[in-house]
Amino acid sequence: MEATDFFSISFILSFLISSLRVSVPLIFASQAGLLSERSGIVQIGLEGFMLIGAFSAASFAHYYQSSYVGFGMAFLMGSFFSFLFSLFVIKFKADQIVIGTAFNLLIAGLIPFISKFLFNSTGSTPSLPIEIRLSVIPILLAFLAVILIHLWLYHFRSGYWVQFAGEHPETLLSAGVSVDKVRYICLALCGGVAALGGASLSLFLSSNYSPLMTGGRGFIALSAVILGKWKPIPTLLACLLFGILDALQIRLQGVIIGDFKIPVQWIQILPYLLTIIILAGLFGKSKAPAFLGKK
Amino acid sequence: MFRANLLGFLSIFSLFLFFMPFNTLLATERLKIGLVLDKGGKDDKSFNSAAFEGASLAEKQLGIELKYVEATDVNSLENLHRQFAKKNYDLIIGVGFAQVDAVKKISSQFPKVKFAIVDGEVTNPNVKSLLFEEHQGSFLVGALAAMKTKTGKVGYIGGMDIPLIRRFSKGYIAGIKYVSPKTQILENYIGVSGEAWNNPAKAKELALNQYNQGVEVIFVAAGASNSGVFDAAEEKKKLAIGVDSNQNWIKPGFILTSMLKRVDRAVFSTIEDLKNSKFLAGSQRYGLKDKGVDYSLDKYNEKLISNEERKKLETIKEDIIKGKIQVPDYYLEKK
Repeated sequence: MEATDFFSISFILSFLISSLRVSVPLIFASQAGLLSERSGIVQIGLEGFMLIGAFSAASFAHYYQSSYVGFGMAFLMGSFFSFLFSLFVIKFKADQIVIGTAFNLLIAGLIPFISKFLFNSTGSTPSLPIEIRLSVIPILLAFLAVILIHLWLYHFRSGYWVQFAGEHPETLLSAGVSVDKVRYICLALCGGVAALGGASLSLFLSSNYSPLMTGGRGFIALSAVILGKWKPIPTLLACLLFGILDALQIRLQGVIIGDFKIPVQWIQILPYLLTIIILAGLFGKSKAPAFLGKK
Repeated sequence: MFRANLLGFLSIFSLFLFFMPFNTLLATERLKIGLVLDKGGKDDKSFNSAAFEGASLAEKQLGIELKYVEATDVNSLENLHRQFAKKNYDLIIGVGFAQVDAVKKISSQFPKVKFAIVDGEVTNPNVKSLLFEEHQGSFLVGALAAMKTKTGKVGYIGGMDIPLIRRFSKGYIAGIKYVSPKTQILENYIGVSGEAWNNPAKAKELALNQYNQGVEVIFVAAGASNSGVFDAAEEKKKLAIGVDSNQNWIKPGFILTSMLKRVDRAVFSTIEDLKNSKFLAGSQRYGLKDKGVDYSLDKYNEKLISNEERKKLETIKEDIIKGKIQVPDYYLEKK
């Protein structure tokens, strides 16, 4: 491919659509992480919730031959697992990072176990026919989720409760609102939304579940939360940036500039490199909710 | 009543306990084969599936005892091999280049246990290395891809960027250039870590990008990620070429052919040799000559390949076997 091909209209168009597509799982997952962290719970289990979402979406969509059922059930299963998570961290006050990691590992092991019974496979699900695959709706859903979360956090009384749960839980308590209840609800939503991210990975970006298919996207989503300073709209922009880098990376592979062929590896480190640069604080300070991770 | 039930249960249970040793004695008479699969897993419908099929066939036909495990990460490989070796398995088969180090180490520690490794070379006296001439098969499917494209553009998508996958690409490109030297080739890799074998979403994006640029046929060598490319081919109504197993059935009409790598056959015959006490350590190379690599033709793709194209392919195949066509080998060039 020549460098001049980069400026044609069709190239730019397909590039933009591709960026949107690959950012969908990140958008869902990062908004999920944001919900949890704004309420004061460190959320490192996104990867696991995404996996459970991807797997249950692909399984239910296969049994009912409907992607919508898949998405719905992914939300429910994700919520269920993050409810279990919230029991550990809220009720039993276990360490949030340890439990989050434990959930990632547990889910990674649980899925092959279940799929052995369902499909006699070690993790992958049967592939879905082209008729029931979704093409645009997950993108719209992702943007809708961001708008809803933004409206909720900043324009509703219960949204303010979420913010207070993360910043000054004592204040919330003195106003007669149960901090724990707010966090239970936030975490249940978090698991559900993260699972939608996983579902869009297995139903939208591909057509079946394959083992550990999230490939670290849960952690990239977490860094998008940090880059977006724990605010819904900036976090969305961060996800889009990662999406653009990913799509660019696909297109830059093997491009020749002058006599120099860009090595694949150089381009593939771009998203990670950017995360490190951002986390090092080169783009202004990113301030976490004051009560994040404290008990 | 309850007590009688309990007594009955206990006596049956103790009977089981009594017979257990005999059962295990009987079992030891059968050959015990341990199969260590790679990260793609037994259901990747490609490389690992082929190995698993070969071993399952042996289980059915040769009456061996088969146990398989899947490696979730590279660090667990050595341990999986050691577990099998400690339990005195007769033959332990490692599937995939990533297991070379583990097999090398464990086979020196357990010299009495026999090992086999697919896609890698280990020179210990108790190890058989099963190697394939992937470049020859890739040359063939490359030639076919070049015959099929009208836009003059074809694509290649590799899984993890490693010498083995570069070897596929080198042979494929040579095959394309052999048929029409002017064909333009787009080459992409999914990633640089083992995660690349399980990333259909990324594979699909790469494929959509290539198809959008006018590519008509994509050869994909990416394990379980292959399904992403097949999905893209179906959506864009273009063609893809599968790898390792015969993948034509996955999306009939959109998969031009599959570059067969008969891992199943190699695994089966290794087990068979062991059963007949003919197991020989050393390297065995499977190529076009012995149908260790080939292109697939069945009811799912026979309409996609014309008789004329088939004849041309057969001639090319003959020429490679006779040595008239020299297929470049990435491994040799590196040395």
